[in-house]
Amino acid sequence: MISGRLKALFLRGPIGLTVVSIILGFTVGGIVLVVAGFNPFEAYGAILKGTFSKPKYIAYVIIYATPLIMTGLSVAFAMRTGLFNIGAEGQFIVGAMVAAMAGYALHLPIWLHVPLCLLLAMMAAALWGGLAGYIKARFGVHEVISTIMLNWTAFYLSNWSLTLSGFGKPGTGKSFTIQETARIDLFSQWKISKEGIQFIRSHEYLGDVLKAPVNLGIVVAIVLALLVWYILNRTTLGYELRAVGFNPHAAEYGGINVKRSIVTSMSIAGGLAGAAGALQVMGVSHKIAKLAVMEGYGFDGIAVALIGNNSGPGSVLAGFLFGGLKYGGSKIQDAVGAPTEVISIVVGTIILFIAMPKLIQTLLKFKKG
Amino acid sequence: MTTITKKFGDFVANDAINLKVHRGEVHALLGENGAGKTTLMNILYGILQPTSGTIRINGRELKVTDPNVAIRHGIGMVHQHFMLVETFTVTENIVLGNEPTRSFGVLDMETAEREVAELSERYGLAVDPKALIQDLSVGSQQRVEILKTLYRGAEILILDEPTAVLTPLEIQELVGIIRNLTEAGKSIIIITHKLGEIKQVADFCTIIRRGLHVDTVDVNTVSEAELAAKMVGREVSFKVEKKKQVPGETILEIQGLCVEGGRGLPAVDGLDLKLRKGEILGIAGVDGNGQSELIEALTGLRKVKSGSIIMRGKNITNLSPGKIIEEHKIAHIPEDRQKRGLVFEFDIAENLILQSYGKPPFSKRFSLLWDNIYQNAERLIEKFDIRPQHPATPARALSGGNQQKMIIAREVSHEPELLIAAQPTRGLDVGAIEYVHRALVAERDRGKAVLLISFELDEVLNVSDRIAVIYEGKIVGILDAEGVDENEVGLLMAGGTA
Ligand SMILES: Nc1ncnc2c1ncn2[C@@H]1O[C@H](COP(=O)(O)OP(=O)(O)OP(=O)(O)O)[C@@H](O)[C@H]1O
Ligand SMILES: [Mg+2]
Repeated sequence: MISGRLKALFLRGPIGLTVVSIILGFTVGGIVLVVAGFNPFEAYGAILKGTFSKPKYIAYVIIYATPLIMTGLSVAFAMRTGLFNIGAEGQFIVGAMVAAMAGYALHLPIWLHVPLCLLLAMMAAALWGGLAGYIKARFGVHEVISTIMLNWTAFYLSNWSLTLSGFGKPGTGKSFTIQETARIDLFSQWKISKEGIQFIRSHEYLGDVLKAPVNLGIVVAIVLALLVWYILNRTTLGYELRAVGFNPHAAEYGGINVKRSIVTSMSIAGGLAGAAGALQVMGVSHKIAKLAVMEGYGFDGIAVALIGNNSGPGSVLAGFLFGGLKYGGSKIQDAVGAPTEVISIVVGTIILFIAMPKLIQTLLKFKKG
Repeated sequence: MTTITKKFGDFVANDAINLKVHRGEVHALLGENGAGKTTLMNILYGILQPTSGTIRINGRELKVTDPNVAIRHGIGMVHQHFMLVETFTVTENIVLGNEPTRSFGVLDMETAEREVAELSERYGLAVDPKALIQDLSVGSQQRVEILKTLYRGAEILILDEPTAVLTPLEIQELVGIIRNLTEAGKSIIIITHKLGEIKQVADFCTIIRRGLHVDTVDVNTVSEAELAAKMVGREVSFKVEKKKQVPGETILEIQGLCVEGGRGLPAVDGLDLKLRKGEILGIAGVDGNGQSELIEALTGLRKVKSGSIIMRGKNITNLSPGKIIEEHKIAHIPEDRQKRGLVFEFDIAENLILQSYGKPPFSKRFSLLWDNIYQNAERLIEKFDIRPQHPATPARALSGGNQQKMIIAREVSHEPELLIAAQPTRGLDVGAIEYVHRALVAERDRGKAVLLISFELDEVLNVSDRIAVIYEGKIVGILDAEGVDENEVGLLMAGGTA
């Protein structure tokens, strides 16, 4: 019975589809490698080794995955309300900018500074996302268009903010570094102390982990993922948003305020992407820099959401997968000389197959006979 | 089709069904809601794969693995719900998938339009090849669907409940089209719940009950009552049983109501109406005389331009749908159940709380109480005989009739003071229709008011206590249902004066 259920889940449910898509993605990437004259097993071996062989690597994967999980959550949340949040990129930028400002300008004890920084960043990004929702609800402008424009607005706003005296550090194209009290790095002080160095030298595993800029971001990401799952599945708000996403006409008929739902959903999505930006500043970069191009955290979030089937837990898993590929993939260039772009091909193919469920389902049935 | 069986998990939707259709024949499929008619046809058309059984066409066995195979072998299907691209023209929709092209793959629209015009002329399917789908009436859209199958060379046409969405006049046109098609040697399989139509157009009728093949009969040799009994497994009463009842005070008063329709033209135009407690007021009228706009205005789904709606002494004009449901106790069975009435992706339990999710016992502060939500579903499924009896069944897996039962269950369970029922029996089998009519009468007997809107004159005449005739957005006459003259109503509906 249980194995039968599992089979059914794989055959029809989203998990089976995702797993098969991932396998196919790697297969296609492998073929590309062969055609390009590389040994795919070596290349994938290098990725695996570069991801798992040292505790430090795993720590890095987690650090890479953290912002992707949150932008993924952002896109997934909006998607559940039938909205396509291409604006996670801009919301990320706004979140990062506000976190950098609050982290530098405020002087507070750490237990207040950290949450306040995060909260302000999330609120600003929520407004940024909510604005796109409002424009849609009020004027009927599609959120894809408005969020793309808001992405660029955020991009230039962030770069302009660095010209403000008291925020941008003159001549560096960067902002001032945030206060120690706004950081979520683990043991950063202690790591450079005498005992810390001693500890890292003498403990093989833990010491290795500590060489990476480990921080509390992942905890926040997972808490937010659980929160997203809870809101969507266990609250009346989630019911409303899902109803609007599936069938706005029926939602309206049922007395749900569709326009307000659109604004709410985009605001929450914005807040989630903003948290990604804030945690990146508070845990990793400690400042923002002048952007030459979009960094792509928000756009990668679209892929993460798709692979994670637009769910909270799914986004966490997909975020790790994506983070692992991004970090591990950066190593195949050195290891076997294969271009890192292969990883983009793998990811692209996975998404392509996920977007074609019919094909996969046919393949699965085929296998079953 | 021989011994076709289809299982969904443990549930047997088709149980060894046999169906034989000859060239040039009209074959009706009859069965209760959820009997498995659509499932059987989806198997023939290749949308679903049978668990077992074989299909033969012109004597040759055929594996219909997908609709393309069906189309190649001359099978065409017009679905219960249309599948047209709203923003495309008639011709574009028809040729979609096998567009005629000039060299270099340039679309040859002129040829396509000419071919479509030819086809529509040959079979009497009047449509303008250049019109946009979104501008067409439901009847015309259906003709486009039929043309699409013919364009792809269909010899066997499957029509799934084609008449459920049509007005009486459009139904007569469709009957004419079917005659033209069979004369040209095409075979038709038609699903319908209306026994009169079967008698009128079909040669043979296959009856299915709960997935089982009951009988195949020559239509000329059976009466409507016999057909109904075979299908339900018991005698069905076509007459609505009603006690006499003295209506109470006025509950709803509509004064000088004006509402704009889709293109900004007045659809409801100075309408006055009063509804009393404990009565069923039926609105009779030809489709498109402002019925839809009136309902939407009453339920807050459409803006009122002028005039007022007074419910229990309070002005509810232009309030939000939520307020009208919640505070003014108006429930609404919508005419377009797929668009308004339910969320396909939600299961039965979730659909049953579409208006009440935010209230106890279904939620506490912000949290949903799933145990109560599922218990509520189990209770209503039992009470309203919704099949399959699983609260976690997604609405999309329900047959059309069971979707309707689910909506009625939900609306009645709110204990409304006023129930607006728009086309409540569209697409229902005779047994279920009897059930719905009883439910409406029961509401009335409990002292509630019921506003019934239906294009089926018989239904309005049978169920209502009073009949209001709507014509061009106005009520042109109110008659007592007791001893009413059908011709008089018909005349009023057509804009004549009694
Ligand atoms: N995909 C599915 N999964 C599970 N059950 C299904 C699915 N599709 C249909 N069913 C069930 O199979 C039964 C037959 O459905 P079907 O749509 O064929 O009924 P029908 O005879 O066309 O009814 P109606 O007259 O109401 O349209 C129903 O009980 C329905 O709930
Ligand atoms: Mg059906």
